[in-house]
Formats: sequence, structure tokens, C-alpha cells
Amino acid sequence: MADVKMHLWRGDAGGGEFREYRLPAQEGEVVLDVVHRIQATQANDLAVRWNCKAGKCGSCSAEINGKPRLMCMTRMDTFTEGETITVAPMRTFPIIRDLVTDVSFNFEMAKRVPPFKPRPREADGTHRMAQRDVDRPQEFHKCIECFLCQDVCHVIRDHEENKKHYAGPRMFVRYASLEMNPLDTDDRRELLKNEMGIGFCNITKCCTEVCPEHIKITDNAIIPLKERVVDRSYDPAAWIGRKILRRG
Amino acid sequence: MAKANEYETHDFDVLVIGAGGAGLRAAIEAHALGVRTGIVCKSLLGKAHTVMAEGGIAAAMGNVYPEDNWKVHFRDTMRGGKMLNNWRMAQLHAQEAPDRVAELEEWGALFDRTPDGRILQRDFGGHRYARLAHVGDRTGLEMIRTLQQRAVAQNIDVFMECAIRSLLTADDGRVCGAVGYWRESGRFVVFRAHAVVLATGGLGKAFRFTTNSWESTGNGQALALQAGADLMDMEFLQFHPTGMVWPPSVRGLLVTEGVRGDGGTLKNSEGRRFMFDYVPEMFRAETADTEEEADRWYTDKVNARRTPDLLPRDEVARAINSEVKAGRGSPHGGVYLDIASRRSEEYIRRRLPSMYHQFKELAGVDITKEPMEVGPTCHYMMGGIRVDPDSEATTVAGLYAAGEAAAGLHGSNRLGGNSLSDLIVFGRRAGMAAAEYAKARGEELSVNSTQVEAAIEDSLAPFSREEGESPYDLQHDLQDTMQSLVGIIRTESELVEAIDKIEQLKERASKVRVEGHRQFNPGWHLAMDLQSLLTVSECLARSALARKESRGGHTRQDYPKPDPQFAKINHVTRLVNGELQVVAEPLPEIPADLEELIEEPAVPTGIQAISQSGPAPKEGN
Repeated sequence: MADVKMHLWRGDAGGGEFREYRLPAQEGEVVLDVVHRIQATQANDLAVRWNCKAGKCGSCSAEINGKPRLMCMTRMDTFTEGETITVAPMRTFPIIRDLVTDVSFNFEMAKRVPPFKPRPREADGTHRMAQRDVDRPQEFHKCIECFLCQDVCHVIRDHEENKKHYAGPRMFVRYASLEMNPLDTDDRRELLKNEMGIGFCNITKCCTEVCPEHIKITDNAIIPLKERVVDRSYDPAAWIGRKILRRG
Repeated sequence: MAKANEYETHDFDVLVIGAGGAGLRAAIEAHALGVRTGIVCKSLLGKAHTVMAEGGIAAAMGNVYPEDNWKVHFRDTMRGGKMLNNWRMAQLHAQEAPDRVAELEEWGALFDRTPDGRILQRDFGGHRYARLAHVGDRTGLEMIRTLQQRAVAQNIDVFMECAIRSLLTADDGRVCGAVGYWRESGRFVVFRAHAVVLATGGLGKAFRFTTNSWESTGNGQALALQAGADLMDMEFLQFHPTGMVWPPSVRGLLVTEGVRGDGGTLKNSEGRRFMFDYVPEMFRAETADTEEEADRWYTDKVNARRTPDLLPRDEVARAINSEVKAGRGSPHGGVYLDIASRRSEEYIRRRLPSMYHQFKELAGVDITKEPMEVGPTCHYMMGGIRVDPDSEATTVAGLYAAGEAAAGLHGSNRLGGNSLSDLIVFGRRAGMAAAEYAKARGEELSVNSTQVEAAIEDSLAPFSREEGESPYDLQHDLQDTMQSLVGIIRTESELVEAIDKIEQLKERASKVRVEGHRQFNPGWHLAMDLQSLLTVSECLARSALARKESRGGHTRQDYPKPDPQFAKINHVTRLVNGELQVVAEPLPEIPADLEELIEEPAVPTGIQAISQSGPAPKEGN
């Protein structure tokens, strides 16, 4: 096998550059393996986040050849032999160092989500829910918080100023999981409309495309939320009717 | 140097170190009791190793089999641990797990459902009944997200990407805080706290092939030991029988036991379901002896006995190891795990979505069409910090431990599904006890600045060395040593060799050199974690040398059988004048009524009825 040639972004908030690393290829590797080998042999202080290395924790997000991806789920054999592979930090978040970005925006937005508010338990002390009613929010619970959807979302990608009033796809998935949870009794639609900026999303589906968990973010989370927000704002009678039907 | 030594200070009543399931649950409880609570974690919130748990949470809710109850769960746990478990912990765990699971649902977790709308439970190794509450094969993600969101909703302070270097102690020996560094900036931080809960997880990164992430470096066990606390059962390390073996980059990655729970079987290169050849005496009465009975068991637990594919993990891991050694392995040195020929594509994709995804993306294998190749991988530390079973207090005042970092519940071998329940049962208890302890102290917080400065100086030393080895090379050598000499099958000469090599590695590590500066420098972080890894590796090897028998997650080639003498003791490891000592201590005596539960044979009720010539009972749901 030919050598691997990788361009890694090295630097910090003050600036940086792509540096080239070459190393022998090994069978069956993913991008994160190569980054780790570079770290262990050529650049001990190369900053990179990772945890599970199995696509389950969402730590190793980066832009690989310009595409937002998890490094641990990007196989090296998907590139042509000899191709230069470029790995850059996520662009939407401020750089800390090398491939590590400051993703605190997401954690701040998470703090503003009104928490789950369940209805009372049944007389026997259990909560009863049909699997078919749970299927929908369970899709949203698959989210591994890699923040690639936030990274690719053009509302905030090159618009730092929008972060103040836009929660982003990850958070909309979270809101959808609460709004569609059969046990939840809270109503977060006003908040979504007025403070979380659900209206800013113009459903280009970029987020859905990059989701490593294949959550249909736009179709299943954002559009239904938009509809609910609109319904509440402009047609209260329909809303009340549906609420009654849902419980019937 | 004055600037380098500067640090910020934060005050808490209870400081929780670690933000996996146990740490988050401890913090939620402490906070609920009204004390100032903080959480420190090495990664971002929600990335801790709990997220990797797949199969489910064991809790005898009896939703699928009404016959199930805490007594059966207690029995299964004790037998799975080969009776070395702390009986009181096993009792509390079995009794309290159902309430803790219900609580997760109350906080937003969405488990898979039974047809009548309750929480569905699945089969797992060593559990008499289908007992694991689950969400497909991503139960750990559901748990950590639920607890994380609960902690955030309660406004608990979280210090992310902050690593603790050492615990601070008062003149009377009690713990009174901790010193660490921000990974992002490399700056130091001191926590003053009445009580500290260690919930730092395991130490799998001492091994080459492991399911564990970079974080599992034995920090908690090492911190406790340095602070004067006892460790226990450090020889018992679980090798999960089914890790991926191919391609090399994913070797060791977890393949959930849920594959077997949902009908998958292990086969050797001759296509034989070899687990039938490895049923130990202890489990013979309750294990199927024909393939027909084993297959029937999945749908009829009343008239059929369990498939040997679901024996406890230590048995299955050893069996796979033997098959591979006998030349009946798969091309890449594992065995086959086949669910493709036994369940429909739709079923597999619904029940095991992340396994499907993982094999498809990383190995190019479609598990609905082909068998998986699997082999044992270092997975879980049964041993750890010695705790009081009710309060999770360590042997040092003010210091508590819960989850994988603590010892006792699992004895010599943990059953699958008992880890997630462990986290929430004992996380809660640790948080509660730590909060009560902190309330009772009520005095002003203070730490000894000399201790703080010493920790900082020690941490910065690798930067000032002109020469020295790379921490990556040292970790590599340690992993090789542990993998080859303290692995799944052990023997005296190799353990002695390992201890000698660890000694040399400690010497080399004391001269380790770090490149660059302190801002988000993984080389430096590894150099720090290496100290913990070496400490716990030594504890492991020394305890393994002392236990001259085979039991659970400790198999000795030179002592291949269990020994009744060793059945009565735990090994306790402590530092005495800077030297590690391993001493044998008698197991706490188990009350007679609980002992009876363990000895009760657990053949299915239908088979019991047949053997007694009585009428067969009605089938369970």
C-alpha cells in the first residue's frame, strides 16, 4: 500500500495552517486511527477529541475533505489510494487548538431547554406507552451530540451573530423529542418561536445529510415542530381539537 | 514560575469526580439533598464510557416474567460472581434497581415497550429471566443523556474537560478536596470540598485490546490508594467474550451480549455450537443440553433451560479462548457469532441497530446476512475501591466511590446488565451518604497549600525535561505487558515478569518528557494518566499473583480450579509506607436466609414440575 498523506490543521485561536504528515498505510483503518498514529509518532501534542471510537459518543467530529464527519466512522478505504486527506476542525465553533473547538454554545443552549414534565403515573405505579408512540421520539434519542448538524447549519455556520437567538438542529431534535414524548405535558412552542429561532431554518436538509445516526432531522423533527408552532400561533381551535383527539 | 503555579479555587460540599452514570446519579442525589454539589469530568458532558453500554439495565421488574423478583436477581448476581460478591451490595442492588429504572423513565428515558405498554425486558447472560430494560442496543446512551439532562435541569455545576491530579487530605487523614487541571488551558484548579465521590470508571486502557475509551485509566482507584484508601478484588478483570476482531483498527470494540440474548449463537470454524461443550458443573442443571432445547428456551422459559451461549461472561470468554487455541477459530483469530441465519433482517435491524451500523461501516460486514467474527476483549474491572455496602464510604473519611471504580457488587465476575443498574443504585447511595456527611461537618473548607503546590509541581515536571521518552511509547509498552502477561489466562512466572516490567516502566515514566505547551496537549494528559495506569496495573498483577486459584475473571493456568480456601477471602490492596501490600481478608458472613436463596436450584418451573410428575404450570407471558 502507498503511504498515507494527511493534511491536518494545526493552530489555535490566533491562527494556524495545514501541515502535511506522511506515514505508512495500514489495513482497515479509519481517519481517527491515522490521526492517532500521527499523534503517537510525529506530533505528541496534536489536540483532538475522541472517546469511544465506535460512532457512539460523538466526540471526534471534524471536516474531512470539507465534509462534516466523525473521524472514527470514516474508513480510509473510501479514499482513492494516494489521495491527500484534509482534516480541519468544525468551522462553526471557535477554535481552541488544532482539531478541538469550543462547543460550549451547544451546552449553553441545552441549559435553556425546559425539562421533561411527565404526566402522573397510572394507578399501578407504571407509565404505559405503546411502542408505536415511542418510536418517534426514540429516533431523536439516538442523537450522539456530535454537533455536526450544528456545524453544517448555514444559519450559524458563518453567522456568529445568529447564535444568540437560534438553537440549531441538535436542539430542535431535543425539543422534538420532548414535544413528541407521550408522557410530556409541557408546551415549548412559544419558546421555539420567540427565542429559539425555529423560523430561521429554511429546511435545506444539510443537517439531515451529515447526521451519523441517520436521524431525519428536517423531516421528522424540524418540520413537525414548525407546523406545531404555526398551528398554535394561527389556529388555536385546531390545536385544542388535536389535543383532545390525542388524549381520546 | 509563580504564574505556572497559580490556580483558581472552587468550594463545594460534595465534589463528584466523573460524569458517567454513577457520577451523575450521585450528583443529582447530593444536590437534591440541598448541598452545594459540583461534577468534574475529563471529557465533555455526555461522552463518558456509560454511553457505550449497549444491552440494558438489569432490574427485576417482572414485566415480562412475573416470576422474577429481587431474590432471583440476587441469586443470579451472586452465582455469576462465584460467591465472592459483597452479599449486602448484591441484595441492595437487586432490591433497588427496579425503582431506579422507573426513576429514569420519570426523568425522560424512553425504554422499549411490552405489548401492554410497560418497560420491555430482554434476556442476557446469567440472568434467569428476561430482565434487562433497554432501548434497542443503545441503552447506555439513553441512560447518560437522561441523567445528564436531569443534572443540567437542576443547575448542577459541571467542570468539563477537567482532570483531577490528586486528592487533598487534612491532618486527620480525611479527604478535603482535590487538585486538577483544565485540559483546555492547562491551568490548575483546586476544589475545596467536605466530601468527594469517586465515580471515575475502569482501567481498560492498560490493555491493548479493550472496549474502553482513552478515559479508562484507573484514575479513581489510584487517587483513592494515594489518599490512603483500600482497594479490593483487583485481580478480577472481565474480558467480554464478544469484541470485534477484524479489521485491526477496531479490534476489541464491543459486540453486545444482546446479540446472543436476541437469538445469536456462537459457532467454531467447523460450524459447531461449541458452548454445549463448556457448561460448568455449577450451571449444568439450569442449562440446555441440546440445540433444540436451547432454541426453544428463547420463547419458552418455563419448559426449557437456558442456552449455553448465555452462560456468564467469564465462562464464554474462556470457551472462545480454548476454541481458538485448539485451531477451530475464524480466519482472524476469533469465533463466529451468527444471528443472520437465525433471525429475520427486519428483526435484527430493529433490535440491534447500532451493531448493524458498526459492522456495516467499520468491517464491511452485513450482520443480517453473514456471521460476525468475535473474540474476548478487556471490558470491565470488578475490583476497585473498597466501600461500605450501604453508604459507599471508602476506608478514608470524606471519600466515597461508586460504579466501576468501586468493588464488591460483582464479586469475581459481573453479569451483563448489572453495570448500569450498579451505577444508579450505588451512585444514588454514594451521593446521599456524601451529602449527609458534608452536612454534618458544616465547618469551613480548607486545604493544605503545600499539597496543592506539590501536585502542581509534579504535574509540570515532564515539560522541564530536556530528554526523556514519549508517553505514547510507554503506554504502548504497558499495554503489551498487560495484554500478554496479565490477560485472560495467567500464570505465576508471567505475573512475576509483569510486575518486574511494570517496575521498570514506573522508573521510565518518572522521566517521561512532554512536547509543546499546556494548552489542550494530549501528550501531557497521557503522561499524567500514565501514573494512574501504572499504579492500577501493579495492583492488578500483584493481586492476581496472590490468588492461586481460578475463579470468575481470574484464570490461572497453574491453578486451573477454584479453591475452597480462596472462596472465603477478598484480596485487599493498600499503600503502606509507599509500598503496595496485598492482604487476604475474610468475606463478610452472609445471613442464612440469603444463603438459602443462592443455593436454590433454578431449573425452569416446567421442568421441575415434570421431574416431580406434577401438572405443568401455565405458560408465562
